Amino acid sequence: MFNRGSSLGRALETFWLLVSLLGVAVIPARAQNAPSPATTVKLGIVSFLTGPAAAPFGIPGRNGAEVMIEAMNAGKVPAPFNKVGFGGSNVEAKYIDETGSAANVVTEFRNLVQRDQVDAVIGYVSSGNCLAVTPVAEELKAITVFYDCGTPRIFEEKPRAYVFRVSPQSTMDNVAAARYLLAKKPDVTSYSGINQNYAWGQDSWRDFTGTMQVLAPKVTVDKSLFPKLFAGEYGAEISTLLTSRSQVLHTSFYDGDLEAFLYQEQARALDKRMTILATTAEAAMWRLRDKMPDGTLIGARGPNGPLAPDTEFNRWFKRIYTDRYNIPPTYPAYQMAMSLLGLKLAYEKAKKGDAKPTSDEVAAAFKGIEFESPSGMVKLAIGDGHQGITETAYGTYRFNKEKNEPEIVDIMRFPAECVNPPAGVTADDWIKDGMKGAKC
Amino acid sequence: MLTTFSILIDGLVYAAYLFIVAVGLTLIFGVMKILNVAHGSFYTFGAYGAATAIGIYFDRGLPAAGGFLLMAVSAMVLGLAIGLILERCVIRLVYGRDEVVMVLVTYAAFLILEDVVILVWGPGSYATYQPLLAAGNTEVGELILSNYDLGLIVVAALLAAASYWALKFTRYGRLLTAVIFDRETAAAFGINVTAVYTITFVIGAMLGALGGAIMAPKIAVTLGIGVEVIVLAFAVVAIGGMGSIEGALIGALIVGICRAAAVHLVPQLELFVIYGVMALVLMIRPYGLFVRAQPRRI
Repeated sequence: MFNRGSSLGRALETFWLLVSLLGVAVIPARAQNAPSPATTVKLGIVSFLTGPAAAPFGIPGRNGAEVMIEAMNAGKVPAPFNKVGFGGSNVEAKYIDETGSAANVVTEFRNLVQRDQVDAVIGYVSSGNCLAVTPVAEELKAITVFYDCGTPRIFEEKPRAYVFRVSPQSTMDNVAAARYLLAKKPDVTSYSGINQNYAWGQDSWRDFTGTMQVLAPKVTVDKSLFPKLFAGEYGAEISTLLTSRSQVLHTSFYDGDLEAFLYQEQARALDKRMTILATTAEAAMWRLRDKMPDGTLIGARGPNGPLAPDTEFNRWFKRIYTDRYNIPPTYPAYQMAMSLLGLKLAYEKAKKGDAKPTSDEVAAAFKGIEFESPSGMVKLAIGDGHQGITETAYGTYRFNKEKNEPEIVDIMRFPAECVNPPAGVTADDWIKDGMKGAKC
Repeated sequence: MLTTFSILIDGLVYAAYLFIVAVGLTLIFGVMKILNVAHGSFYTFGAYGAATAIGIYFDRGLPAAGGFLLMAVSAMVLGLAIGLILERCVIRLVYGRDEVVMVLVTYAAFLILEDVVILVWGPGSYATYQPLLAAGNTEVGELILSNYDLGLIVVAALLAAASYWALKFTRYGRLLTAVIFDRETAAAFGINVTAVYTITFVIGAMLGALGGAIMAPKIAVTLGIGVEVIVLAFAVVAIGGMGSIEGALIGALIVGICRAAAVHLVPQLELFVIYGVMALVLMIRPYGLFVRAQPRRI
């Protein structure tokens, strides 16, 4: 039609190439936002399936997703969640391993959203990964629900449109830990801490010491230890603690680090000298059994596992999980369950007719949502309606030799408004300001 | 006084663990000039092998002493098998290539072996605390020391002595020294350099696996433990000098004592101190404490 060798010909070729490339880019973007027939809802589920965080967190989380999605697709979840799948559409899950660097994790997230075209992503155990994925989720306008990471920074740094977290943030764990400690050991005069040296450990220690400073300013901090994440060898730290004057040791250690630390400290009888306050130890209690010291003050990142309320919904969830996996669900499974329930509720609220709701519609429906879960009432009340709060509970660990199983006794419950900052206030500011407005 | 004693003991325990892991790495580099990234996998296999053996042994209620021996033997057998397979099937094919190629090949082997661990043992972690708790503890003033840790110091000291004796006073040690010093001249004198390479690589693998087995009762045996330890082992070997066994010993002692001192006195420096010491040593002695600059053949 025209001479391709000519400059006009080359310019026209370039023009058509650009137009076709733009079309290829625009059409999927429009497809993502345009309503499409709701035949299947595709979810990306991201959790640690290998590595040190798999056994205590990632795999229980994945298991919680599997068992809950199966129940949803069969329409067997108790009302008001008894509609099949999400709004009548079957849920199809793609499971991705969270193991790897933050760059790998972000790449996998992009693959889920752009290549696999999932309708939403639920996942992430590591606070570092949550922080890395958040801006990408906002950029891609992908509904993303963080299920286990605890850092409060996600919604404090700036408002989010497409990122949600149904399960509570870590501030609650450490504020409640301090309240429980002072209720059970009012005569404590000094405490120490050993926490992993990254966002989770640093935030946990900051919130705990800040709360203790408000509630019991005369109690002093003795040792603040921050070993490397997954260090594994804690001999020097245990020696330091043995020669300290602390009566209590705060730790937000989890999985392999918690187990290694407990084995090593028991070999040196540290738990006979000081009470250990382990904010996440519920996830390890079924594995450690009689190797977790009796008297450990124990948290479950909320009212989960043995600390969950005794409701029909909780009994149902425990039954289907235990029947499937021969072990009771721990808190990552509960957190995954509540994340799925929250997303399902938002999706069904947003759905009009047969078409799939858009990301914007789901986000609008999700904001500020409130519902009953196996862990009790959940409200997305802070973080501009994107961050959930629940009540929480702490207890004291004991291995019941007659029943040959672990149990948690002396349980104390703390209302959500007692241990979570109010809307519009950052966790750090709230604690530093004396936790004003806390309703205990 | 108590703090000083704590720093010394904690430093020795940490140094013992590092030396057992690093000595195999530095031996392989000294003889074969290979920076073996897969050494972390030997450690991992040793730990998993020990965890399996301990699980089976202690479930039968057998005496604890046998468990310690079984732990070490199972790790050494695994190290022997994997070291032999890796050297014969992979490393031998790339002898004489550029050092960067060798590093990449051993890194690829490391990644493959990590997935083999998942295939054999699954993604979960293993608890194998029985030898640690069975060993008991010893009170020294306010300090309570684990007898297992004290035993670790003894094992490392014996290993150091055995390595020194083997290199200086045995025929194989003299052959090894000749190959380390000048491979071509050693070959010209009739030394079977290929056999020396194989034996050295296998011994290095067995030592790496032994390190994993010894640490298994103290940690949660899980994926990723090889990565953590190989970074520390490299730091120790870099400080002491690549290929120097006495360098690995001194490097481990320096790292162990400095880290213990940081944890006790300035915990905020704990992460930084190991690499800070490494950087300082390399600034003054770029080839490490016990290795001099070598002329490079063109």
